[in-house]
Amino acid sequence: MAKKIPVGRRGFLKGAAGAAAGAAALVGSAPALKAQAPERAATPLPSAALAAAEKTSPAPRVDVYTTDRPGADFMVDVIKSLNFEYVCANPGSSFRGLHESLVNYGGNKAPELLTCCHEESSVAMAHGYFKIEGKPLMVMAHGTVGLQHASMAIYNAYADRVPVYIVLGNIQDINFRRGDVEWAHSVQDAAAMVRDFTKWDDNPVSLSHFAESSVRAYKIAMTPPYEPVVIVADAVLQEEPMPEADRRNARIPKLALSAPPAGDSGAVAEAAKLLVAAENPVIVAGRAARTPKGIGLLVELAETLQAPVQDRHFRMNFPSMHPLNGGSIANADVVLGLEVQDFWMATHTQTPINRLGMEARPITKPGAKLITIYSGDLYGKSNYQDFGRYAEVDLSIAADAEATLPALIEACKKLITPDRKRAMMERGAKLAEASRAARERDIEQAAYGWDASPISTARVTVELWNQIKNEDWSLVSDVNPFFSGWPLKLWDFKKHYQYLGEHGAYGIGYGAPAAVGAALANRKYGRLTVNIQCDGDLNYAPSVLWTAAHHRIPMLTIMHNNRAYHQEVMYLTDMAARANRGIETFNVGTGINDPNIDYATMAKAYGMYGRGPITDPKDLGPAIKDAIAVVKRGEPALIDVVTQPR
Amino acid sequence: MPKILLAVLVLTSAAYAQDATGNADNGKRIFMKNGCFECHGTVGQGTIAGARIGPPPLNVQGLIRYVRRPPGQMPAFTEKVMSDQELIDVYTYLKTIPPAKPAKDIPLLNDLRAK
Repeated sequence: MAKKIPVGRRGFLKGAAGAAAGAAALVGSAPALKAQAPERAATPLPSAALAAAEKTSPAPRVDVYTTDRPGADFMVDVIKSLNFEYVCANPGSSFRGLHESLVNYGGNKAPELLTCCHEESSVAMAHGYFKIEGKPLMVMAHGTVGLQHASMAIYNAYADRVPVYIVLGNIQDINFRRGDVEWAHSVQDAAAMVRDFTKWDDNPVSLSHFAESSVRAYKIAMTPPYEPVVIVADAVLQEEPMPEADRRNARIPKLALSAPPAGDSGAVAEAAKLLVAAENPVIVAGRAARTPKGIGLLVELAETLQAPVQDRHFRMNFPSMHPLNGGSIANADVVLGLEVQDFWMATHTQTPINRLGMEARPITKPGAKLITIYSGDLYGKSNYQDFGRYAEVDLSIAADAEATLPALIEACKKLITPDRKRAMMERGAKLAEASRAARERDIEQAAYGWDASPISTARVTVELWNQIKNEDWSLVSDVNPFFSGWPLKLWDFKKHYQYLGEHGAYGIGYGAPAAVGAALANRKYGRLTVNIQCDGDLNYAPSVLWTAAHHRIPMLTIMHNNRAYHQEVMYLTDMAARANRGIETFNVGTGINDPNIDYATMAKAYGMYGRGPITDPKDLGPAIKDAIAVVKRGEPALIDVVTQPR
Repeated sequence: MPKILLAVLVLTSAAYAQDATGNADNGKRIFMKNGCFECHGTVGQGTIAGARIGPPPLNVQGLIRYVRRPPGQMPAFTEKVMSDQELIDVYTYLKTIPPAKPAKDIPLLNDLRAK
């Protein structure tokens, strides 16, 4: 909502006699002069002029100006209109005006500033937060060095269809740059560096322009497919008083989010016809559940058809213990892909045949009909290749899957005859039995290596479950494949906040900050946040642990400390095996050992509870119990568990 | 393939099937040194990246065949990087690993079943 702004003006303190004393007190002090002098290798003898100057009061500046309403105050009004709960930032000079206005003018509430020690953490926190809360966080960063730090995390968010709202500081006008640092921190086109993996950006040249573009950016980010957006907040606009032209035009446009695009009615009817007639339909879910409502819709579709759901786990799509969870597409005659970014990969296997290529084979049987409902078909860029291989399908519906499901469910229900219903129920009974048998196999498999040290990932999973199963828990880390997917096999996932899905672009360094961001979102609901944390990932920007401690963000972190970049261990072994040599060198350049990293001490150094390393599986249960007690007090806690590789 | 070589292979395989004894200690050392445990787990329990092989569900001949021409994404290890004798030793080590307790005898796992 637009807020009437009492526009201030620059207050000049002229260097006239009446103001000279005050001005001298403000700007003429020795430290201020010293701060502006360049560093020198050696101190020369003072010149006669300097010696004379030091014996007298320095000359007051001609003008000293203050600004009772800098442009950044208006920017804060715009930002507040978008209802951000938090803004994540590592402080930077190019947005110092906005920083000050957020804290003092905005009262550091809605949004509240969260201190991050790395811009990658800022963005990944926003990434994790969105996947719980369903609305963006704002991130502030330098348009140059800050954005360079942030870029990998932005690409992760882009590939994961997550909107992150990024405001970049930049000093466009050369006359306002304070020395060489600010020249180095300035850029012609700040957003250019991330334009290949953001959905929209703008570089407003006035405050009214800032208002309009900021609201537009939010709307674009929140229209499926969701993606990050960038707004440049020019430092001169931030720090100078609101210009006369903007005073007349200052208003904040109304935000109305776009309804997500639903599929074409004819195409939906065709999809329903194929699904209802199928003997073995299978639903493949990527990011099908865009909101909490999506889980219920997917359950309704699966139960209507008595079709299994293969969850690719990019989101919490489908209850893990549902009897229709699972299934195989090998015998499917119709496969429905719902927001599956890698539909080709979901329907093919690949085997390496040599160093130049992979042998690909379809998993589906000949003649199987393939249907996709995918909002990614409505939007795409070419440079970064996260879009995956082209999928040859029979019916492609360019639309948001969740928005299309109600119509698809209704269309299916209308076509189901009593005969089809009977056949579907028989199919459902077989699928339920297969699901039960698969779970039984998983439980038996979890017993292998039960007492091993390093501790098996299955054992960690079950010990954790034993402690959290009666809590309102939320698992905020990617466990598939890093933890052999054990929680997804053994825990009872039902609610949207119980699993976040994967990184997006698999950029390592996402895990810890995304977990803290998710825990931040969970905090107000009193949920117990659980983070199974890969050691390699934490070492990118471990300082996010300090952010969690500083802002009292409760979260239980269990280290998956396998002391290696394990995926690369496997690749190195693969390459050595192909070259017929040196397979025993797998740990060179991939191991994170010698010395082993003490994560409990690391946690303590950042001001949080730390315990471990735990190597005996019998010690794990009591340690988890103690750490949960800490988390319930509102603090983060970490247990270092030395684990099997996967 | 020359007939004589085929005959040698058949004879060799037959010999393995009859006599799979090797050095378990050396097998464990090779299992760890060559990084087999990275995908299969230190006690061969299996992970998402490698099948359960401890205790081995295959006979020694099957294990050697599996290592030489594995299915899926597992790299193939030729005799140049792991000899048949080394694989026999690994097999002998894997045979020393006791089978897992039934899940019903592990209370935390049995609780999962009660769901």
